[in-house]
Amino acid sequence: MLKRSLISVVSLIVLWQGLIWLYHFPPYILPSPWQVGLVWRHGWPILLQQSIPTLWETMASFILAAVVGSVTALILAYFTWARSWLFPWVLVSQALPTFALAPLLVVWLGYGMSSKIVTALIMMFFPITSAFYDGLRRTKPEWLDLAKTMNAKKTAVLWFICFPAALPNLASGLRVAAVLAPMGAVVGEWVGSSHGLGYLMLNANARMQIDWMFAAVMAITVWTLLLYALVDRILKKLVTWH
Amino acid sequence: MLNAPGIDLKRISLLYAGQFIFEELSLQLPAAKCSCLLGPSGVGKSSLLQLIAGILPLAAGEGEITATDGAPLLGRVAYMAQTDLLMPWASVLDNVILGEKLRHCRWRVSKDNKERARYHLQQVGLLDRANDKPDSLSQGMRQRVALARTLFEDKPIVLMDEPFSALDVVRKLELQALTVEVLQGRTVFWVTHDPLEALRVGQAIFVLTGQPARIHYQVEPKESVPRDVRQSNIIALEAELIAALCQRTAGDLA
Repeated sequence: MLKRSLISVVSLIVLWQGLIWLYHFPPYILPSPWQVGLVWRHGWPILLQQSIPTLWETMASFILAAVVGSVTALILAYFTWARSWLFPWVLVSQALPTFALAPLLVVWLGYGMSSKIVTALIMMFFPITSAFYDGLRRTKPEWLDLAKTMNAKKTAVLWFICFPAALPNLASGLRVAAVLAPMGAVVGEWVGSSHGLGYLMLNANARMQIDWMFAAVMAITVWTLLLYALVDRILKKLVTWH
Repeated sequence: MLNAPGIDLKRISLLYAGQFIFEELSLQLPAAKCSCLLGPSGVGKSSLLQLIAGILPLAAGEGEITATDGAPLLGRVAYMAQTDLLMPWASVLDNVILGEKLRHCRWRVSKDNKERARYHLQQVGLLDRANDKPDSLSQGMRQRVALARTLFEDKPIVLMDEPFSALDVVRKLELQALTVEVLQGRTVFWVTHDPLEALRVGQAIFVLTGQPARIHYQVEPKESVPRDVRQSNIIALEAELIAALCQRTAGDLA
């Protein structure tokens, strides 16, 4: 695994450098891996410092999206009326262009963390809700038949059968959300912020510091991969059945 | 002791995809005995069982299913399906207790119920695996847990839908004997497609064939159960049952 990842990264760097040699791109269009490496070497305290607010926003929005998404899916599964009244709104949340909505959220919620958290939440809400709701609806009919012969209460069937049976689906939704979370936070920062990796990217872009842009993008990628690995590991420990 | 009633099925009709699976089918299951329903695959054995269990609804005018003591069947039936239906996230003990949790919607169950569940696990020889997850058990062990779960329900009527069809012969024979022993005194309705299984455990055996399906043959072997299927009279009865099954199936094909 590590060997394969290393080969992929090295191949990408070689390809990148190859493009520069072949087409002679100036550094303000495409900086070389070496230039970006230098930014990392000298600017890592800044990259780390700017990562902290983005990571807070990422974690907060991920936890919030997990809770809101799960509760919504449970409501959809339990109440028949919710399917016709609530589900269209769940779809709308995904149909809304987050990039267009982000400036509005800054106007409504201010420059602080909350507008970034809500932007990321909107991006993550649908994959979590739809994956979990799908799992809840697909509970083995034989289990439901067995519950029926046991004179089960509807709420009990949801808690003791449908909920655990759908946890592998919820886990899939959370894995997708883990990849979207940092992106959501950065989109929120692009629109209006005074710190964070998105803010760093905006600043670098305005000053044509493309090497810093690349370094920031790499930082976001690394954090995203680490968050995914962490979430995946925790979920594999918690949800051992399929 | 349980007061197990008989079951009376009167003029049951079931329509599926425009065709009658049963049309005015009547059947009496004796009280506190094990009745076996034998028939080819797809004849409607499981549907009949699910009608009694209340899984399939019986609409007005489609017949009547009653207990011979006049009390309603609802809440007096335990069901054991073809697959063990164990919940993979719950321990063996929690699987046995499932019914209690589902009825009262409680995470915690009383000490008495836990003790009772342990007792039934001991009956099926799996007390030492109480805290294990079902994935760590063999197919035979899983069916034993399903049997313990059925016993925990403590219902006078037990419905079994080919519960051991996926097991090898030795495990099957073991579990048949165990099931007969632990379900004694209850009205058991056991669906199977295996004539030898029916002869080993059935105090009354019904052969369901045809379309719409009818009881075309029935027999009540005298020997006590579980029977030794190597005995000559049982082998002779097996031949009769196979003949009854084949005759109708061949007739339907013609």
